[in-house]
Amino acid sequence: MMDDKKTVRKKIQTTDQMNKIMADYFYGLNQAATTGSQKVAWCTSVGPVELLRAMGFVVYFPENHAAMLGATRTSNEVIPTATAIGYSPDICSYLTSDIGAYLKGITPLSKAYPGIKSVPKPDVLVYNTNQCRDVQDWFAWYSRTLGVPCIGVSSPKCISDVTAAHIDDVTRQIEALIPTLVSISEQKLDLARLREVVSLSRQCTDIWKEVLETATASPAPLTFFDSAIHMGPAVVLRGTREAVAYYRLLLSEMKERVGSGIAAVDGERLRLFWEGLPVWGRLRQHSEIFAGLKANIVASSYGSSWIFPALDPDDPIRSMAKAYLELFIVRADVYKEKHLQEMLEKFRVDGIVFHDSKTCPHNANTHYGLPQRLEMKTGIPALVISGDVTDMRCISDEQTKTNIEAFIEQLEEGK
Amino acid sequence: MSKRFFVGLDMGSSRTKVALLNADRQLVGHAVKKSGTNFAATAKACLDVALDMAGGTRKEIAGAVSTGYGRTNVSFITDRSKTEIGCLAKGCYHYFPQAITIIDIGGQDNKVINLDAAGRRGSFKMNRKCAAGTGAFLEEMAGRLDLQLEEMNALAQQSREMIKLGSFCTVFSATEVLESIRHGKKVSDIVKGIFYSVIRRVLEMDALTEQVTMTGGVVEHNPYLVEMAQEMIERPVLVPDFPQLAGAVGAALYAVEGEGDPPAEPGWGGAKLIWALQ
Repeated sequence: MMDDKKTVRKKIQTTDQMNKIMADYFYGLNQAATTGSQKVAWCTSVGPVELLRAMGFVVYFPENHAAMLGATRTSNEVIPTATAIGYSPDICSYLTSDIGAYLKGITPLSKAYPGIKSVPKPDVLVYNTNQCRDVQDWFAWYSRTLGVPCIGVSSPKCISDVTAAHIDDVTRQIEALIPTLVSISEQKLDLARLREVVSLSRQCTDIWKEVLETATASPAPLTFFDSAIHMGPAVVLRGTREAVAYYRLLLSEMKERVGSGIAAVDGERLRLFWEGLPVWGRLRQHSEIFAGLKANIVASSYGSSWIFPALDPDDPIRSMAKAYLELFIVRADVYKEKHLQEMLEKFRVDGIVFHDSKTCPHNANTHYGLPQRLEMKTGIPALVISGDVTDMRCISDEQTKTNIEAFIEQLEEGK
Repeated sequence: MSKRFFVGLDMGSSRTKVALLNADRQLVGHAVKKSGTNFAATAKACLDVALDMAGGTRKEIAGAVSTGYGRTNVSFITDRSKTEIGCLAKGCYHYFPQAITIIDIGGQDNKVINLDAAGRRGSFKMNRKCAAGTGAFLEEMAGRLDLQLEEMNALAQQSREMIKLGSFCTVFSATEVLESIRHGKKVSDIVKGIFYSVIRRVLEMDALTEQVTMTGGVVEHNPYLVEMAQEMIERPVLVPDFPQLAGAVGAALYAVEGEGDPPAEPGWGGAKLIWALQ
């Protein structure tokens, strides 16, 4: 049963600093692209960003832009434009949102950051298909449209154990990118600089991991919804000093919260785990539904997707290859089941919510019986909600709300 | 001693149902009306009919719980609510106190709910954002065939040669129905095929591990669906006396027990994704 105590909203104080470094980042990109002061590389979110930074590129991430289109609920204005030129509404709505927005000349960056008129024009497009094939098709469109080289890594996928053979393969592919990048950047690869960037990237992800793990405390000091936003610097600024400094601040605030027993969700009664991508256009709404029911989503596989313990400055390229292969999304269900089971235990979770993202089957682990197997193995109830990462046409809000409320009722009755 | 009544109000997408229980948990009044567009007026009308049936007045209402899609739109009677999943579970277990798998076919949703022998919910499933297999699907098909909904059950029973529909999708199914009409197929055979499609859709939602129970307005008005389900799963299916009222009865049982959740309070202090728009 719920009590009538009003849930208190708590802002993470470090957010202001995050906003500043994100603004600096976007203005920096804009400056580079409009003045030609630095070459601009577009990179997939788990692409070889360390290599790009080491070679002097400023790096832009279209997936981050697509998430913004989703969060600002702009996607459905622009997806039909991409559909009209042949990109199916059934494929990745990040891709269709981003391409549609480009075709319509729309970017949420303009509203957020006055003076920025468009996404930064790339000098090179660099992908890694460790997430899905869609990123390659996505970048290929820009390559054709803008006449910009598109290079990348075709990653092994659905792997149980990451073997030396897998790492050799990706290492060779990363090395093969270097000559093209050298010719575009007109800079040789400085190994010392690469080691430095890899080291910064590793520090960033190590601290980010610590931040997420503060949620093992009861009550948890942050929610999945906080992490979906505060992961921003880990996505777009990893490999920089700014990201490391930011996460030190955030970690300090989270530790203070834990020390003072401050809960992200006041009166936390249930602890949940989120599997899958966020529904960007409903982030606040979902956070409020769960918080209103005194349930905190304390952890997620998505938030952990920017943790790369394999990164090693002593062996930069090979360790990058290993890090990109160890990613949750690259792994087979055998690994995923085991990993999720460990996470459920570590965060002492009462229930798990799977988001079946309609246009992102690669990141929706609900299609091959995994929720059922996990529930059978752990006894922890699972809920699957149908939705999408950005395409709000795939969402029934009322059905989602009923599902969540019924799940919470079920968990409370079982306590 | 004055009478005490407990109200369960199930404000569904298609129909509003009210169940009135006495303190002994006996159903003493009930009503069903089309939900329409004025939820509060419909709920009040249902409540008055149910109270008339029970010979009671509003002053004798000792507790009320709402459920269904419009559960938060009836604050004139209660701000206590439970989800329809919880209420269906409660209502069905009241009639069949054993481990059961509930199949509820409603106007807009289908639900499969598993309860253990103690009535605890183990899991539940709702249909995805798709009308196939729901009452809305039958309404669409009835329209295509120029039939009233209440004619469909008798027609399905008359069929001797079912026309199976192959599609998942309501719109595509409608096209298939039109094709059958063009080919001069019997309406009764088409209707049986439509019923078969409904049952197939709900049976694939979950493994039916326990004693199957069927509820919902679609089941109440089309009992032939239960016969078809029994044939397909090769097991008997239990149906409560008023399958359409199962959720409302569950809500009323929660009212008897003094339960029901107050409205949730929003409460997340998170930042916006667009970092500059804080």
